[in-house]
Amino acid sequence: MAGRQERGMNDRVKKLRKLSVETQPHIYIERAVLETEAYQMYEGKVSIPELRALTLKHIFSHKKLYIGDGELIVGEKGDHPQSAPTFPELCCHTLEDMHNMHGRDVVNFTVTEEDLKIQEEKIIPYWEGRSMRQKILSSMTEEWREAYAAGIFTEFMEQRGPGHTVGSVKLYEKGYLDYQNDIKEALAKLDYKTDPEALNRRDQLNAMYIACDAIMILGKRYGELAREMAAQCADEQRKKELLQIAANCDVVPAHKPETFYQAIQTYWFTHLAVTTELNPWDAYSPGHFDQHLAPFYERDTEAGILTRDQALELMECLWVKFYNQPAPPKVGITLKESSTYTDFANINTGGVTPEGEDGVNEVSYIILDCMDEMQLVQPNSNVQISRKNPRKFLKRACEVASKGWGQPAFYNTEAIIQELMNAGKSLEDARKGGCSGCVETGAFGNEAYILQGYFNLPKVFELTLFNGVDQVTGKQLGPQTGEAKDFKTFDQLWEAYITQINYFLDIKVRGSNVIEALYAKYMPVPFLSILTNDCIASGKDYNAGGARYNTSVIQGVGTGTIADCLSAVKYNVYDKQTFTMEELLAAMKANFEDCDRILHLVRDKTPKYGNDDDYADGLMKKVFNYFVDNVSARPNMRGGMYRVDMLPTTCHVYFGDVMIASPNGRLAHKPVSEGISPEKGADTNGPTAVIKSCAKMDHLKTGGTLLNQKFTPAVVAGEQGLDNMANLIRTYFDMDGHHIQFNVVCKETLLEAQKNPEEYRDLIVRVAGYSDYFRNLDKPLQDEIIERTEQDFGGC
Amino acid sequence: MSMPLVFNIQKYSIHDGEGIRTTVFFKGCPLSCLWCHNPESQRYRKELMYHANRCAVCKACAAVCPQKAVVCAAGTMRLERDLCAGCGTCLDACLLNARELAGREYEIPDLVRELEKDRMFYDQSGGGVTLSGGEVLAQDMDYIEELARRLHQKGFSVNFDTCGHVPYEHIRRVLPYADTFLYDIKLMDSEKHRVYTGVDNRLILENLKRLSADGGKINIRLPLIEGVNATDQHTGAVIAFLRDNRISVYRVNLLKYHGTGGGKYDKLGRCYDEGGMAPPSQQWLEQTAETFRQNGFLNIHIGG
Repeated sequence: MAGRQERGMNDRVKKLRKLSVETQPHIYIERAVLETEAYQMYEGKVSIPELRALTLKHIFSHKKLYIGDGELIVGEKGDHPQSAPTFPELCCHTLEDMHNMHGRDVVNFTVTEEDLKIQEEKIIPYWEGRSMRQKILSSMTEEWREAYAAGIFTEFMEQRGPGHTVGSVKLYEKGYLDYQNDIKEALAKLDYKTDPEALNRRDQLNAMYIACDAIMILGKRYGELAREMAAQCADEQRKKELLQIAANCDVVPAHKPETFYQAIQTYWFTHLAVTTELNPWDAYSPGHFDQHLAPFYERDTEAGILTRDQALELMECLWVKFYNQPAPPKVGITLKESSTYTDFANINTGGVTPEGEDGVNEVSYIILDCMDEMQLVQPNSNVQISRKNPRKFLKRACEVASKGWGQPAFYNTEAIIQELMNAGKSLEDARKGGCSGCVETGAFGNEAYILQGYFNLPKVFELTLFNGVDQVTGKQLGPQTGEAKDFKTFDQLWEAYITQINYFLDIKVRGSNVIEALYAKYMPVPFLSILTNDCIASGKDYNAGGARYNTSVIQGVGTGTIADCLSAVKYNVYDKQTFTMEELLAAMKANFEDCDRILHLVRDKTPKYGNDDDYADGLMKKVFNYFVDNVSARPNMRGGMYRVDMLPTTCHVYFGDVMIASPNGRLAHKPVSEGISPEKGADTNGPTAVIKSCAKMDHLKTGGTLLNQKFTPAVVAGEQGLDNMANLIRTYFDMDGHHIQFNVVCKETLLEAQKNPEEYRDLIVRVAGYSDYFRNLDKPLQDEIIERTEQDFGGC
Repeated sequence: MSMPLVFNIQKYSIHDGEGIRTTVFFKGCPLSCLWCHNPESQRYRKELMYHANRCAVCKACAAVCPQKAVVCAAGTMRLERDLCAGCGTCLDACLLNARELAGREYEIPDLVRELEKDRMFYDQSGGGVTLSGGEVLAQDMDYIEELARRLHQKGFSVNFDTCGHVPYEHIRRVLPYADTFLYDIKLMDSEKHRVYTGVDNRLILENLKRLSADGGKINIRLPLIEGVNATDQHTGAVIAFLRDNRISVYRVNLLKYHGTGGGKYDKLGRCYDEGGMAPPSQQWLEQTAETFRQNGFLNIHIGG
């Protein structure tokens, strides 16, 4: 197995990859120190947007640089791979937090004594009481805090910033000097006579201008360092490489890139700037990277200055760069909902061009080769599959996915376009869009689509059955909608359930709107705003509604569990009357101990979602439609609307943990179902039935759904296996399915890996919208993945 | 004849014809092959399958059985199969899922509706429906013909997986609606055929000739079992028969015997004697495939 660490097309890449994979993620305190210095210098003297930009400039002017041996693409957040900066302006970690992140079993970060000392002496004294986390929590209502603590919903922005966004072709058409010219023009157009916002716009545009300086300083410093290193380099080959790096830095990021190599380098500088400016969810993403790079690739290969192998090598070097950046450390509930190092940078290979033509080109295949060769969980390397893409491309992607490491996942281009247009985007903006994070749809380069948090649909049903009382804490959390035993019909129960959903959605949306306003006020992101249309034109920040489209997303969790719970109650209590509501509630409280008959009936004799059975699937549709219609109508604070996604990251484990046993026989504290996949073990009719059930949800009303399918290797073996996999995907997409991903592993392999994690250090599984090392998952999540129905039909 | 019984509907079936298919297994077969891995497919009536390993002898089944077919004594549970009417009452009483019923009736429209569910997968993959068994062509042929006609009318590819030991009239009736016949040849030696399957092979081989002459698309399937028919002599005889009779063969599949059906016999209260039967070696299968190729059968596959 050790040999698998040695992946990569050549020794250089193998060495860089090995260093990245084998280095322990660690806290890198320098950013917090420089930020504190900047705030001490500028706070109160300049506007808040300028303060943020000056902070970035201060960091990039003084941070330590790193050019690793053999690197072709340069730029690190720290002074070594796997450095994780902290962001005290968002979440000022206590010493206990830091001890905790050092010592915890999974997703841990090394924290040195020196880090602790700096945190205690410099960081905490300044940031205590100033962080966004404290501002947010103190602005929430008592109802919000109680519902949050009970696990009814989560809150994305309590320790990471809004983000979830993706670069457009603009990154390769302009340099930061060009952006400064655009900003100057916008400044010149400000109308101080009639526009009451003119001054705010000026501050924001000035901040963007400074942020351009910041990244250009970083590029210049890297160029200088490369030149110095070249001067001292005895190895002629390496010397040449370093001089090439320096020459690249003379061009980018100040000017637009001229070559394929510079295009990759400029993306990477931009990526570092977005993720250093703040700690946005999902880092930053190259989006339609193949389409953006294709013109450079064609020009350079025709000019004879680039071969396919060289292009692949540069791509692989970039892959290592992504992998070098763990998501900054999370704590508390945010850690539970996203328990991973993965930072969700996401690449959408394939799809269509802005003109609606087949978007696959040679770079698309280079990216697939790179994925296949590197097998790294970051970046999230996914494919968009359009009807117009060649079957060869789909099958090559299936082939890569069939190797059992969970990537690429498959997104449906036609569905994405319709989802985006349904949410008000123009056709062209929709075609330029795609998925980021796990599966979230966005108009790349034009939209701020901010995930607000997960919503626990099964937990709200649990509360409904107990008249609004949380069975874990005994608190009256929801309104009193009536004792369940008094509901004479399923419709009465349903009315109570939607009353509860509405009650908690109101609390959630109220909270999220306040938080959006707090970010708009205190935490602008002038750098990210440069990249996102139309922030420069409007002089408004990305976090304050400056983007062309502004969307807020609430992510529904537990689709399979809630469908089966509704089915269990409707079928047994109301339709067949096999047991009473009192008996069911008693069984739930008893965690089904000594309730074998009820458990048997709900587990084995009740229609389940995931079997192409309209009874249970109809209930899934009922709850989904209510949820999506009720969320989607609501306005946010940035001039846009709320939308729904159906995905969990790792939140389905946390959401199950806060629940007692469910009516469908799910035992207390066990995970709820993930994404829109059926409840574990509920689907017994094979993958086509799962796909049919899932497709009964109207995906086009969402901003993304997530379906996880697990296969043993035998099912996808050989040419016929790949054809069948491709056919499953195409059919699901013909039905408007949004996304499907595959885990191709044997159950035995996973059990073995759980017993002997050291021997399976490189075992990657698809979790939910992303892949991760199996060994990095905590035990309940490992168990969960093992238990997910293993589809194995047609014989091995 | 009574309404055919279905003992399984297998979706995402990818080893019995082109593309993604749904296979309907009809219950009841004129043959009783010693190696049969679906013994519940053989009889024409509903049968209770009993998983002794799951049973806690709680006697709930005995209490509800209208036929009093369950006898509990001294901590064991026994089913009087002659008394069991296959009504399934005991299934709901059993909390441990130790009982399952093989065989249920479908009205034709209900079955068509079920098979239509995966239409989009068939269309995408070039798949369709496979009617199998047991023996699909040894059922009520009014039912089967009507079922095939309706499926055909809907544009589905309909394959028939048959042992061939049926009146030719049955084959002729479904011919207009059939895409491919998956046609088994078990043994070329007629006497041995009788010993291993309960019937001789004259009707099977005769039907094959007629089906070929009538233009049926034929996919020959050879179950190959070490100790029974995994011999060069048998496969040589098959090749000679196909060649000499100018059977028009679209494809040949060599199906490797898997000893996986033993457990099912226990559940039916029957014994399974594997006596000397074993999977043939991969090397021999590959050699055999090569021999077929050399004799002009280029579309040959090992496995389904």
